[in-house]
Amino acid sequence: MSLLLTRTQAVEALPLAVRKLDPRVMWHNPVMLIVEAGAVLATALAIAEPFLGGPADSGGSPVPAPFTAIIAVWLWLTVLFSNLAEAVAEGRGKAQADSLRSTRSTTTARVVSVYDAAHDPAATAAPLTDRASSELVVGDVVVVVAGELVPGDGDIVHGIASVDESAITGESAPVVRESGGDRSAVTGGTRVLSDRIVVRITSKPGETFVDRMIALVEGAARQRTPNEIALNILLASLSVIFLVVTLTLNPIASYAAAPVSLTVLVALLVCLIPTTIGALLSAIGIAGMDRLVQRNVLAMSGRAVEAAGDVTTLLLDKTGTITYGNRQATDVVPLHGTSREELLRAAALASLADPTPEGASIVTLAAGEGHAFGPDADGSTADGAPTPDGEVVPFTAQTRMSGLDLSDGTRIRKGAGSAVAAWVAGTGTDVPSATAAELDGAVTAISASGGTPLVVAQQDADGESRVLGVVHLKDVVKAGLTERFAQLRAMGIRTVMITGDNPLTAAAIAKEAGVDDFLAEATPEDKMELIKREQAGGNLVAMTGDGTNDAPALAQADVGVAMNTGTSAAKEAGNMIDLDSDPTKLIDIVRIGKQLLITRGSLTTFSIANDVAKYFAIIPAMFMGVFPGLATLNVMQLSSPASAVLSAVVFNALVIVALIPLALRGVTYRAVPAASLLSRNLLVYGLGGVIVPFVGIKLIDLVVSALPGF
Amino acid sequence: MGAALLLALAQVAVLAVVLMAVHRPLGDHMARTFTTERDLAVERGLYRLIGVDPRGEQTWRAYLRGVLALTVVGIGLVYLLQRTQAILPDAVGMPAVEPGLAFNTAVSFVTNTNWQSYSPEATIGYTVQLLGLAVQNFVSAAVGIAVAIALVRGFARRRTGTLGNVWVDVTRAVVRILLPLSVVAALVLVAGGVVQNLTGFTDVATLAGGTQQIPGGPVASQEAIKLLGTNGGGFYNANSAHPFENPSAWISLLQVALMLVIPFSLPRTFGTVIGDRRQGRTILAVMAGLFVISLAALTWLELRGAGTAPQLAGAAMEGKEQRFGIVASTLYAAAGTLTSTGAVNSMHDSYTSLGGMVPMVNMMLGEIAPGGVGSGLYGMLVLAIVAVFMGGLMVGRTPEYLGKRLGPREIKLASLYILVTPVLVLAGTALSFAIPGVRADVEATSIANPGVHGLSEVLYAFTSAANNNGSAFAGLTADTPWFTTALGVAMLLGRLLPILLVLALAGSLASQDTVPATSGTLPTSRPLFAGLLGGVAVVVTALTYFPVLALGPLAEGL
Repeated sequence: MSLLLTRTQAVEALPLAVRKLDPRVMWHNPVMLIVEAGAVLATALAIAEPFLGGPADSGGSPVPAPFTAIIAVWLWLTVLFSNLAEAVAEGRGKAQADSLRSTRSTTTARVVSVYDAAHDPAATAAPLTDRASSELVVGDVVVVVAGELVPGDGDIVHGIASVDESAITGESAPVVRESGGDRSAVTGGTRVLSDRIVVRITSKPGETFVDRMIALVEGAARQRTPNEIALNILLASLSVIFLVVTLTLNPIASYAAAPVSLTVLVALLVCLIPTTIGALLSAIGIAGMDRLVQRNVLAMSGRAVEAAGDVTTLLLDKTGTITYGNRQATDVVPLHGTSREELLRAAALASLADPTPEGASIVTLAAGEGHAFGPDADGSTADGAPTPDGEVVPFTAQTRMSGLDLSDGTRIRKGAGSAVAAWVAGTGTDVPSATAAELDGAVTAISASGGTPLVVAQQDADGESRVLGVVHLKDVVKAGLTERFAQLRAMGIRTVMITGDNPLTAAAIAKEAGVDDFLAEATPEDKMELIKREQAGGNLVAMTGDGTNDAPALAQADVGVAMNTGTSAAKEAGNMIDLDSDPTKLIDIVRIGKQLLITRGSLTTFSIANDVAKYFAIIPAMFMGVFPGLATLNVMQLSSPASAVLSAVVFNALVIVALIPLALRGVTYRAVPAASLLSRNLLVYGLGGVIVPFVGIKLIDLVVSALPGF
Repeated sequence: MGAALLLALAQVAVLAVVLMAVHRPLGDHMARTFTTERDLAVERGLYRLIGVDPRGEQTWRAYLRGVLALTVVGIGLVYLLQRTQAILPDAVGMPAVEPGLAFNTAVSFVTNTNWQSYSPEATIGYTVQLLGLAVQNFVSAAVGIAVAIALVRGFARRRTGTLGNVWVDVTRAVVRILLPLSVVAALVLVAGGVVQNLTGFTDVATLAGGTQQIPGGPVASQEAIKLLGTNGGGFYNANSAHPFENPSAWISLLQVALMLVIPFSLPRTFGTVIGDRRQGRTILAVMAGLFVISLAALTWLELRGAGTAPQLAGAAMEGKEQRFGIVASTLYAAAGTLTSTGAVNSMHDSYTSLGGMVPMVNMMLGEIAPGGVGSGLYGMLVLAIVAVFMGGLMVGRTPEYLGKRLGPREIKLASLYILVTPVLVLAGTALSFAIPGVRADVEATSIANPGVHGLSEVLYAFTSAANNNGSAFAGLTADTPWFTTALGVAMLLGRLLPILLVLALAGSLASQDTVPATSGTLPTSRPLFAGLLGGVAVVVTALTYFPVLALGPLAEGL
C-alpha cells in the first residue's frame, strides 16, 4: 500500500463519508460528534454575522470578516475526513463481500426425503425431492453430484469428492472432501468437481459460513472490543475536561480580560479534544480485521483479534505446524555382522510396496546411496539385485510390522522393535543376548534423539532369521521456525508443542525446534487440561485445530484458530478460521493483534501530544489583544491571532488525512521486548507528536497569512 | 545569589538525606502495620467499644460506607463544637462561630484541607482546637492512609471481593503511625522553642508604652500533626510564619521534613505490600523528580525576583520569611503545596507573578509529588493507571499494571478521578464571575487586588480547596457566604469523589486475577516508565489549566 491515500480510494469513499455525517451515525463517536456540533454552530454564526454587523472582536483582537466562515468550512472538513477514513477502511472489505455474495445465489438442493444411514448410506435408493437452497433446514440430507454447487454448509456423511473452494479461499486447486474424519466439512456455495457426496446440512440459510464472512468483511458484525471501549472512555473524559476548560474560559476572561468570540471558543475546543485518534479509531479497528482477511484469516469478532495480541501461551501441534508431518529416514544403523549395504537394501526392498511417506523416504535414502530399485523392465536393478517379486505384507495395528515375502522364500520385516523381535523369535531363532543388547542400545539412542527407530529383520530362504539393524526415522522440523520462536519469546509469548509422541521423542523435537515446553502423549483431554491450567495462571492461550475432538479445546482457548479443512464442529468452536489451513499462521495472527493495539496507542499519544503546540498557537492568540505580554508564548511567531487560530484548525484537519494511510496499514511492529517497543514508539509518536504540529502550524500560518485580513 | 544557591542546595541535601534514611524503616513499619494479624490491647478495646470485628473483611462499598460515616460524623461534631463554643470550657472568651464559617471549617478539617477562612487566635478556643480540629487532623490523615492502603491491597489481592477493614485501618494508622510520630515530633518542636501551654492571652507592656496581647496555646502538639498529617491548619493565622509556631531556621527545615516524611515513605509501603519494591521505588522516583523540578523552578523564579518592586528592592522579599531568607521560604512553599498540607512560612500571594504560579501548579498537578498522606499515593497510582493504559497499548497488549488488566471499568474510574478536581476548580472560579450577584459580591468584598491578580486569588482558592490543600493567596477575603459555601462544597467533593472512585477501583482490581508478567508486558519499574508517568502528570495538568493560568499569573508575569 502506498504511503498516501490514492485518489480512487478517496473518491469511492466520499459518498459514504458524506452519508456518515448523519448525527445518528456520528453518535457512536462522541469526539467527532462534538466537532460536528461545533461545525453546525460555526456555520450558523457565519450565516448570522453579516446581519449582525460582522464578527465581534475576540479577546481584544480584531477578527477578519471571512474568519467564521472559513473556520466553519474547516470544521466540516475535519468531520468529513474522519468519516472518509472509516469509509475507506470499510471500502476495502466491500469488494471482497461482493464477490462472496455472488456465490450465495439460490440453487436447487436435492433433498433425501427419508435418509437411512444404516442400510442406504449412499442414498441411492431413497427418493429425492427438489427444494430451494434457501429453504433448507438443519438436519436435511442432500445429494450433490459433480458440477453442482453445494447448497449449504454441512458435513459429508457418505462419499468422497473433489471440491472447488476458490470462491472462499481464493485457492484454485481443488481439495478433497470425504466422509468421516477431519475433512468432512463442505461449505455452501463451493462447487463439487467430481464424484457424488451425501451431505447433512449443519447451518440455516442466512447463517452460513459465507453469510458470516460477508458480515465480517463488511464490518456489519463489528462490535467494539474492550480495549476500544476503554480508550473511548478515556478520550470522552479528556473531551469533557476540555469542554469544561472552554465553557469556563469566558466567564473568567470577562473579569480580568476580554471574552473571546464563540467561533474562537469552538476552534479551541476542537483543537484540544483528541480529534486525531477520535477520527481514526474506527478505521484502525476495521483495518485490523481487514489485515487478517487479506491473509485469508476470518476473525469472528474484533475481540478475538485483540485477544491475539494479548496471547501469552501458544499451543502448537507438532505435526504439520512444527514438523513437516511425516517422518523421514535419515540414517541406518546396522547391527554387528550386517553391512550397511545389506541393511539398506533389505529396508528398501521391504518398503518398495509401502505407500506411506516413511516407506518412500527409506527408498529415497537407499537410492541416494546407490541402491536404486526400479520396478523397471529388465528385472534387475542397478546393482543387480533381484527384482522384488513376492507378496507384500501390509502393516496392521496387530502386527505393527510390514514387509515383503520374496518368492525365493526370503522374508523381510520392518516395524517396532518389540514386534520385530517377537517375529524373529517366532521363526524359531533365538536372538543372541549380545545382539539383543546392541539392538536395544541403537533403539534407545535413536529414540533419545527424537527419532523413531524402525527395526529391520530378515529370514533367509534357508529359514535362518536375524535382526539386521535399525532405520532412523526422523521428524524434520520446518526451516526458520527456531527464529520465529525466538521472536515470540522476545514478545513475551511461550510456545508449547503438543504431540502424541512419547516424552523422549517430544523433548528432542522440542529442543530442536526451540519451543519452550511440550506436552507429550497428549490426548484431547490433556490438551484441554493444559489450556485450563494456563488460563488459571492468568495466561491467554491460542491454539489451532481441525478435528472434531479439538472443538472443546478450541472453544476453551482465548484464540482458537480452526482450519478451513477441518470439521464443522471445529469451525464452530474456534473464533477464527484460517482459509489456507496453515497452522503456522497463528504467529502472524498474534502480530496483527499486537499491531492493532500499537496503532491505537501510538495515534492516541500522538493526538494528545499535538495539543501542546496547539495551545502555544491558540492561547496567546486569544488574549494577546489584552495582554501583549502573552506574545512571549507565541513561540511560532504566527502572523496574527486570527491566522494562529485558523492555522491550528487547518492543521488539526489535515493531520487526519495525513494519518489515514498509517491507520489503515498499522504502525510498524517489530518482535522486540516491550521496553524497546515503548521507547521507540514514545520517541516517534510522543516526541514526534509534540514537534510535528509546531512545524505544521507554522507552515500553514505562512500560507494563511497571505489571505487578506489575516 | 551564589550564597543563596549554596544554601538552597545544602538544605535540600540535608532534607534528602533525612528522608532517604527514614523512608525505609517507616515505609516497612507502615507495611507491617497494615498486614499484621496482631492487634494491640488498646486497639482491641476500641474495637469492642465500637463493636467492630477486626478480622471482618469489607467490600469496597462497605469500606466506603465507613469512610463516609467518619466524614459525616466528623463534620457534625466539629460543627457542633464550634456552634456551642461559648459554653465550652477553655474557650478563652471566644463566642460561637457563625454557621457558614462553622460549616466551612468543619468540612475543611474533616477533608484534610485545613483551609481557614478565619483567624484562629480570634475565632477558635482551646476545646474546639483540641477536641474538634486536632482530632480531625488525626482522623482525616488516617482516612487518607487507609484509602491508599485499600488501593494497594486491590493491586496485591487476587480474586477477592474485599479490601480489609476500614475501622481497623484507620485505628492502626492513628495508633501505630500518627500518634507515636506526633509525640516525638511535638517534643522536638517544644525543645526547639515552639510554645505549648493553655494560658490563653497574656497582656504585656511594650517598650513603646502600649499594651499588647500575646496569645499562647497548645501549639507544638497541634503543629506536629498539622505537618505529619499534611493537614496544614495553623494555630495562628500567620501559620508557620508565626515565630511561636516556627521559631528557628532548623525548626523550619524540620517542619518541611515532617510534611514530606509519610508521603515519601508510602511508596515503600506500597512496594512492600505488593511484593515488588522496585515498583515502589519507581513511584517514589517520579514523586521526587517532580518535587525537585518544581522546587528548582520556584526557587529560581523567586531568586531572580522579576517585577518592578523586587527589582527596586534588590530581592523579592515581600511576604517572605524574613528571618530565614528566600530559599527557606520557597522550600516550605513547595513542600506545603506539593503535599496537601498548605502550611506556609511565607505569603504565596506576595511571590513574584510567575513564582506565585508555581504553588498553584503544584496543587493543580493533583498533589501527587508526594501529595497528602495517602492521597498522594492513590493520586499517583491512578495516574500510573492512565500512563500504563497509553503505554500498554503502545506495546501491543491489553494494558496491565502490576498484573491487573486495565479494562473499561478501570479506565472509566481513573478517567473520572482525573476529571473531578479540574471541573471543581474551573467551575468554581468561573461561577464566581458568571453569576451576577456573586460577581458583585466577589468584586466588592473578597478581592483586595482588582484585575489579574484578583483573578489569581480566586483561582488559587478553588485550586486549594478542590485539591484539599488549604493554603491561600492571602489577598482574598473568603469569609463570605459565597466562598464559605462554594469552597466548602469544593473541599467536600474534592475529597469524597476521588475516594469513592479509588475505592471502586480498588474493589475492581482486587476481584481480578493477576496476569503473570512476560517480556511482552510493559515494564513499570524502569526509568522510561517513570518518565512516561511524570510526563502524563505534567501534560494532563498543563492542558487543563494552561488557558486559565494564561489569564492569571501568566498574564501578570509576562
